[in-house]
Amino acid sequence: MSNEDYLKDISEIKNLMNKSSRFISLSGLSGVLAGIYALIGAAIAYWLVIAKSDGTLYIFHGWVFWTCMFVLAMVAFLSALTGIILTTQKAKKNDEKIWDGSSKRLLINFLIPLVVGGIYCLIILNQGRYGQTGGLMLIFYGLALVSASKYSIGDIKYLGYIEIILGLVASYYPGSGFWLWILGFGIMHIIYGSWMHFKYDR
Amino acid sequence: MSIITNINKLFDHRIRLGIMSILMVNEYADFNTLKELLGATDGNLASHTKALEKAEYILVEKQFIGRKPNTRYSATKLGKAEFKKHIEALEKLIKKT
Repeated sequence: MSNEDYLKDISEIKNLMNKSSRFISLSGLSGVLAGIYALIGAAIAYWLVIAKSDGTLYIFHGWVFWTCMFVLAMVAFLSALTGIILTTQKAKKNDEKIWDGSSKRLLINFLIPLVVGGIYCLIILNQGRYGQTGGLMLIFYGLALVSASKYSIGDIKYLGYIEIILGLVASYYPGSGFWLWILGFGIMHIIYGSWMHFKYDR
Repeated sequence: MSIITNINKLFDHRIRLGIMSILMVNEYADFNTLKELLGATDGNLASHTKALEKAEYILVEKQFIGRKPNTRYSATKLGKAEFKKHIEALEKLIKKT
C-alpha cells in the first residue's frame, strides 16, 4: 500500500468513528431562533412584572407569576419544536437518520440533566425562592449540553461551560439571575447558533 | 523494522478496518448497523466478521429480539489493543515519509 492509501484509511476510520457514535445534524439556525424566543419571552415577562405588578422584579404573585411560567413554557416548547423541525431537515440533507442509536443516545444524555434540573427548579419555585431559578436553569442547561456534547458536535460543550459559569455567577449575586438568564439563553444562543451555522451548515 | 511488524495484516482491508473503527467507539453494533455504515453486502460483511472473530478481535453474540434473530458484535480487549497498535504504526509510517 502507498502512503496515500494509509492516509485514506485513517480518514475513513475517523469518519466511521464519528458517524457511528455522534449525531451531527444539529442545526445552528435553531439555536439562533431559540435565542430570539428567549429574548421575546424575557421582554414579555419584564413588561408584565414592571407594568402590572408593583414594580419590583422579584415579587411575583397570582396571575403575573403564572403568566410568566406560561411564557417560559412557551419559549421551551417553541425552541424544542424549532430544533426538531430544522434538525430533521438537516438530517435529511446529510443523509443521516433522525432516529437511530446515535440520536437516541444524544437525547437521553441531554435530557437527564435537563429534566432533573427542571424538576428541581419547580421545587425551588414552589418554596418561593424565585431568585435562585435563573441561575439553576443556566447551570442544569449547561450540564445537559456538556453531557450531550460527547454524542454530537463536540463544540457545544463550550456553550455548556459558558452557561454553567453564568449560572454560578447568577447564584452568587442575587438579583442578577434575570439578566444573566437573558445573556445565557438569549444572547449566547444567538451568538453560538450563528457561529455553528457558518461553521457547519454552509 | 519494528514499524512494519506492527502493521497488522488482518486489518489490511477497508471493511475490517471499518468494523474495528465502529466497535472502538461503540459498546456494541449489530449486523445491520455495520452493514449500513460500511455499505457492505451480507456475504462480504459476514466473511470479514468471521475472520476477525477467528482472531478473537471481536466477540459475536447471537440473540433474539422478539422473534427476529439478531447478531451483535463487540471488540475484545485483544482486538482493541491490536487496532491501536495498527493505527499507531500507520501514523508513524505517514509521518516518516
